[in-house]
Amino acid sequence: MTDQAYNFAYLDEQTKRMIRRAILKGVAVPGYQVPFASREMPMPYGWGTGGVQVTAACLTPDDVLKVIDQGADDTTNAVSIRKFFQRTADVAVTEATAEATMIQTRHRIPEQALTEDQILVYQVPIPEPLRFLEPRETETRKMHSLEEYGLMHVKLYEDIARHGSIATAYAYPVKVEGRYVMDPSPIPKFDNPKLSDCAALQLFGAGREQRIYALPPYTQVVSLDFDDHPFTASKAPHDCDLCGASESYLDEVIMDDAGGRMFVCSDTDFCASRRAEGHVGRLGAAEAGK
Amino acid sequence: MIRISGVSKNFTLHNQGGTVIPVMAGAALEVAPGECVGLIGASGAGKSTLMRMVWGNYLAASGSIMVGGLDVAKAEPRQIIALRRVTLGYVSQFLRVVPRVPTLDVVAEPLLQLGVPQDQARDRAAGLLARLNIPQRLWSLSPTTFSGGEQQRVNIARGFAHTYPALLLDEPTASLDAANREVVLSLILEAKTRGAAILGIFHDEGARARVCDRLVDVTGFTPKVAA
Amino acid sequence: MSRMETLTTPLLQVEHLTKRYGTRIGCADVSFDLWPGEVLGIVGESGSGKSTLLSCLAGHLTPDQGRVIFDTRDGPRDVLAMGEPERRRLSRSDWAFVHQNPRDGLRMGVTAGGNVGERLMAVGARHYGDIRAKATDWLGRVEIAAERIDDRPSAFSGGMQQRLQIARNLVTGPRLVFMDEPTGGLDVSVQARLLDLLRGLVREMGLSAIIVTHDLAVVRLLADRLMVMKGGHVVESGLTDQVLDDPQHAYTQLLVSSVLQV
Repeated sequence: MTDQAYNFAYLDEQTKRMIRRAILKGVAVPGYQVPFASREMPMPYGWGTGGVQVTAACLTPDDVLKVIDQGADDTTNAVSIRKFFQRTADVAVTEATAEATMIQTRHRIPEQALTEDQILVYQVPIPEPLRFLEPRETETRKMHSLEEYGLMHVKLYEDIARHGSIATAYAYPVKVEGRYVMDPSPIPKFDNPKLSDCAALQLFGAGREQRIYALPPYTQVVSLDFDDHPFTASKAPHDCDLCGASESYLDEVIMDDAGGRMFVCSDTDFCASRRAEGHVGRLGAAEAGK
Repeated sequence: MIRISGVSKNFTLHNQGGTVIPVMAGAALEVAPGECVGLIGASGAGKSTLMRMVWGNYLAASGSIMVGGLDVAKAEPRQIIALRRVTLGYVSQFLRVVPRVPTLDVVAEPLLQLGVPQDQARDRAAGLLARLNIPQRLWSLSPTTFSGGEQQRVNIARGFAHTYPALLLDEPTASLDAANREVVLSLILEAKTRGAAILGIFHDEGARARVCDRLVDVTGFTPKVAA
Repeated sequence: MSRMETLTTPLLQVEHLTKRYGTRIGCADVSFDLWPGEVLGIVGESGSGKSTLLSCLAGHLTPDQGRVIFDTRDGPRDVLAMGEPERRRLSRSDWAFVHQNPRDGLRMGVTAGGNVGERLMAVGARHYGDIRAKATDWLGRVEIAAERIDDRPSAFSGGMQQRLQIARNLVTGPRLVFMDEPTGGLDVSVQARLLDLLRGLVREMGLSAIIVTHDLAVVRLLADRLMVMKGGHVVESGLTDQVLDDPQHAYTQLLVSSVLQV
């Protein structure tokens, strides 16, 4: 099924080497944004061009690829990227987290704990966590290099001043190994604790911004907070309506125009596996009957 | 306390062809603690100029001006700043203050500069203002809008807020009514009693007679003009 | 401050500071000492080099020659020989810089409280309640009502913005404040209020300050000492009232006589 017009995984070997060097540097300096010569990809920016390049550079013919978008394997973005690598690399694909050796993700970390044999690739729209308060790239780079991170707390301060608590719910800034402050990509802050001490290698690719950064396995990652407003990993206060899971991150689905709604696991594989094991949520039976 | 010797002063007008105007030469006088010396001489003879040199406001061309052990003629600015804060007070003819600052704070400021607690400094300022018959309703207003006589009294209160060991007084009783003139003279006499060395200019001969122990005629310090 | 007499080390020693822009002179061979608690005014017309000098002192520009020795908490150090991290740390803790235009010194998109709190957070404050309490206290000190703490500076008047900038700079208790035309662009009545505020803060906190301005009235009221600059050179310096009342240099005489009398 591989389209022979393309090199394996679309990118040419020199480009992949260049990206791998950036990745190695990122692994060596966890949380540091490594510039790389991002290529034009046959998809628009914002569709995961950074993640795709990182995945392409890491992919081997033996890999089993899983692609998720907001936790789901079956959304447009996930489907198109999966098809892209099936066509250009002819790799095996899966929706099962445990079976995958490489997972490209947008906006989520899978519920199931990852292993040392896996690589998690994040798609990153804006890699610079300091940008919202300091637009000058020259200045933010200096702030990173000199570890001047007071400004990051100004953002959290503004949250509390305006909302009474830290209202940042996604892309919640973290400090890596006590050194670099990093944007974890727009994952919900519910996922932040999973960043830390993770067995898998985590790679972050920002295509438009031409940056790669990484968290090697078992890196310590701490979410920023105040002493009197500590970080909390929040989620909707419900159980999954399909599988009954109480500890997973939920999507809210509007059912009708009369206020009907349901909460379901955003991680479709996690939810499906649980239902296969016989777990049933509040609306689970009805769903199964369809 | 104050000892002036061999002091001369020139003004060089660089923007008028570099004209050099000698205004004083060989000035010498002494003021002992507890003594009040009055400067006399015709208008323009250099009374104010000499006073300003003691204050450090005008630079002396030569000579020495010892005030409390410091030669003002050669001192570093910061030494003069310290001298003015602790040792040497000056009541000029004009009140120069930051607009908007209440009168009470204007008077208390020399004490605040010395680190006196605010309430204590204000108490002292209030006492002086009351004594000088500044109505209490004016204390919270800036003196910039006051009449000339009121401004002069505020200036005097400010000059007497701290008990300086040396005082320069430039026409302290000018434009004051009899009652206030009396208050100012008693303030001067009290300062003498506590041992302050005072150098003053008094056009008011009655006042001069009341407070001055000696008079020095600055006409003697006028340079012999050659040009 | 009575401690001024007892201290024997200048807070800042500037030696032969020179900055050239190509063949043009920015400032040349400037030397002076600044003592703790002292306010130094630098005056001169546009292009006289006063702003260049201030930028060199504050580390915004790198001079070509000279030394700037600051009496750090660990003893006197040449600021120009410091690494950038150390110098920036100094400018966050012991130094402050008040810009002429408050927009250059404030984060316009951040609330007043966040603006004041930033320096605290930059030096490690991590307790929201404490930061907010300190910010509230400082807004009060610069006469901004506490209920404006969550407003953005864009909703403030020019005078309020300038006062906010001062609060933001002084909250960490710096020892040396650089001010570039701090009252420029403000109404005269607002200027007076700001001058009074600055004087009080200088006195209460024992601050040293270097104020660049072309406004002789401002320096007369604020500065203990004055330096007059022309063509990048210091042509005259001394006690403020002495320089203004008995100017020695031709240029200073011209400057003083050019002021409109009110």
